[in-house]
Amino acid sequence: MKVGLFVPCYIDQFYPNAAIATLNLLKKLGVDVYYPLNQTCCGQPMANSGYEHLTKNCNSLFIQNFAGFDYIVSPSGSCVLHIKDHLHDDQREQDARNIRHKVYELVEFLTDVLKVENITASFPYKVGLHQSCHGQRGLHLSSMTELVDVPFSKPMQLLNQVKGLEIIELTRPDECCGFGGTFCVAEEAVSAKMGKDRVEDHLMNGAEFITAADMSCLMHMEGILKRKNSQVKVLHIAEILNAE
Amino acid sequence: MSRAAILSAILNNQPKQISLPKDLQFDLPAGAAVTEKFIQMVNLIGGRVVEIQRVEDINLYASEHFGAGERLVTPIEELDFYTPFTGEELPHQFVNTEFAVFETHFAVAENGAVWITEDRMGARVLPFICQHLGMLVSEENIVSNMHEAYNWIGNADYGFGTFIAGPSKTADIEQSLVLGAHGARSMTIFLLKNTF
Amino acid sequence: MSSSIKHPALSDIFNKDEARVNWHDDTLWWIRAKRDKVAHGISEWEILRETASQIKNNVLSNLHDYLMVFEANAQTNGIKVHWAANAEEHNKIVLSLLQSKGINQMVKSKSMLTEECHLNEYLERNGVDVIDSDLGERIVQLAKEPPSHIVLPCIHKKKGEIGQIFHEHLGTEAGVSDPQILTETARIHLRETFLTRRSALTGVNFAIAETGEFVVCTNEGNADMGAHLAEIHIASMGIEKLIPKKKHLSVFLRLLTRSATGQPITTYSSHFKKPRKGQEMHVILVDNGRSVQLGREDFRNSLKCIRCGACMNTCPVYRRSGGHSYHYAIAGPIGAILAPNLNMKEYSDLPFASTLCGSCTNVCPVKIDIHDQLYKWRQVIVKGGYTSTAKTVAMKVMEFTLSSSTRFKLAGKIGRWTLKNAPFTVNNQLNLWFKNREMPEAPKESFSEWYKKNNK
Repeated sequence: MKVGLFVPCYIDQFYPNAAIATLNLLKKLGVDVYYPLNQTCCGQPMANSGYEHLTKNCNSLFIQNFAGFDYIVSPSGSCVLHIKDHLHDDQREQDARNIRHKVYELVEFLTDVLKVENITASFPYKVGLHQSCHGQRGLHLSSMTELVDVPFSKPMQLLNQVKGLEIIELTRPDECCGFGGTFCVAEEAVSAKMGKDRVEDHLMNGAEFITAADMSCLMHMEGILKRKNSQVKVLHIAEILNAE
Repeated sequence: MSRAAILSAILNNQPKQISLPKDLQFDLPAGAAVTEKFIQMVNLIGGRVVEIQRVEDINLYASEHFGAGERLVTPIEELDFYTPFTGEELPHQFVNTEFAVFETHFAVAENGAVWITEDRMGARVLPFICQHLGMLVSEENIVSNMHEAYNWIGNADYGFGTFIAGPSKTADIEQSLVLGAHGARSMTIFLLKNTF
Repeated sequence: MSSSIKHPALSDIFNKDEARVNWHDDTLWWIRAKRDKVAHGISEWEILRETASQIKNNVLSNLHDYLMVFEANAQTNGIKVHWAANAEEHNKIVLSLLQSKGINQMVKSKSMLTEECHLNEYLERNGVDVIDSDLGERIVQLAKEPPSHIVLPCIHKKKGEIGQIFHEHLGTEAGVSDPQILTETARIHLRETFLTRRSALTGVNFAIAETGEFVVCTNEGNADMGAHLAEIHIASMGIEKLIPKKKHLSVFLRLLTRSATGQPITTYSSHFKKPRKGQEMHVILVDNGRSVQLGREDFRNSLKCIRCGACMNTCPVYRRSGGHSYHYAIAGPIGAILAPNLNMKEYSDLPFASTLCGSCTNVCPVKIDIHDQLYKWRQVIVKGGYTSTAKTVAMKVMEFTLSSSTRFKLAGKIGRWTLKNAPFTVNNQLNLWFKNREMPEAPKESFSEWYKKNNK
């Protein structure tokens, strides 16, 4: 099983530790994982801003980088959802279709493909889990409070295996953090307020760390935390699952 | 003429025929459980339930709750304050009605609503304009849910019919629930118990 | 309301008073929580949503025939049916009906369609006095504001402010803000109105093709009080309000109020089939862009909407920007997918007023794919040229950078170098991120740089 590691652009540039943890975690689990060096971005920033027609080159590049793998795994639910929903290429539509079906967000890859049941990680802290919307409502990484459904949570399923980790309950378990791509600057006032409110929920309920399967939400919340001079840190879920 | 233009635009733009889903079928509770659920829901929506053995028991309730000078109205012949209707009444003349009681067709357990049609209202405005509303429900006429309710109604003809669930209410001011918006301030269900 | 001030600016103003935003957000979240509680009490909830969605899909695919059947049956019942291609025609029909009877006063219950058509302003210009009878609508009418929510029109107002409005207009004592007292005042004031108005206009929640009747749902009883006392009852409805059969009401009435406010059903669900003796009953079927939207494959199912407002209550943006920030009669996520159909330029900002979190789609009782439509409207609006040149240039630069790994890596280096060595160039008020948030810390190397060193 050959797995291609897709590291979204902003993780590559700003959060290399999340990508390193993902890579090391996959290796630790015995996965034959490769990182295609020429990758850039899934194209979501343009597409969500209404410029999906400008993503053709990003799409071709993505296909060029990832067509050869059995699975493509990424530490970002949002970027994975974008690929699943919008990757197309007139020249290589069959390849695009294949990729749309074999691209996985890291957590779901661990729970659904590798069926990981014993994570050897230890993280003796109080952790708040942020349910990133695209992972939750788009990829169905967990049930959502809107639906009348049997509750489940794939990230929780993994975090529960981590030694010493204590999950805190949130007042609003699955509200958006307000990042939203270019929304964070185009709608600055609402975006920042959403971020503040989300962070406040974690703080009020005693989180020492906030984690998620999406670094972009965490980047947003980190910006808020730092502005508050809070000691609470954000960590991508891979970093916790890989913590010794 | 806009009618033709609208219809032709719709015909051009509507998607290919999509068929209707099958009617929903549920295993429904029956008997005491339905009555119990109904009573629970009526209380939840701000109404109250008074159990009675015979229709005439409403007279006692009325005399205990309303004074001699207050106008009580009902199209139910068994009651002391029975009011004959000609159908020609000006609706405005009911404005000073303190208490009005009607016989419903049936009640719905899942939401505490009762179904009543114009022929049992005396005048359409009466269940709305009266200050306090009484609704007579026979225990054997309580259905579980709205699917059963519409089965019950079937093709019955009426000029006007309504589900009424509790007293009129509003929460428009800061979401504070206030009973007695424009319709009745209270709703009392007179639940006529099954007699076996 | 025509305005060139767009959603971001209006939201910015709303957010100047953070305590008020918190209050607005908490109030609406509480309603969302009530909705969740009752929905979770119905084990077949998701089946109901699916069924409602399928019924509405059927309606849209047969709208032409259902409208004709409805018209014929309504006429048989003694209801007069009118057709209005747009807002202007609708308003003219209402006015001419009133004028034909020499009426210059009307009482109106809640109808978002008449907000969409700006009926009140039109009638007032033509010498007709209109009083809104829904308490929330009456409050915003007195305040000379549009409703900020389709179900809860004055959800943006605090009781103290409402008390002040009542003091000015209805003569309550200054400083009185108790909802009980204010509601009682409105009850007495509006009883007088109901008793003296010869005409009443109501909205329509559902119209039934099979029987030619229509259903109006209220909690206050104001639609019934108006309609049953007036000598002429006008019911205005969008053409999409039809449902095929009466039995389908069971599905919709189970969903509507549970989704809207968490109540099991509205206090009154009134079925108007025939005018009462001596009364005239009219239905106005209004298109106003709906037939166009029906032809937009990606957006037609927005016409399934039953106006419950659940998408607004759940929307994290709506709760923190307020209904008026949408500058359209219908606010929130559903408004943002309906408005551009009517005027793409005026409402080009609305599909962007969302993080695409998807909560709206999942509370929607008729399963409208709201957040997917927001995404699709963005594409249409950009292609239509309704975005700023600056944004298009920025996106082209982004595309240029991201479509080549060499350019991307170079840009990344420059970016990280800047953050590290010249943070003042980004950490300032020109950078909207920085206004309320710190920039991420620049790592010494990117992941790809690390990978090249460590995975030979």
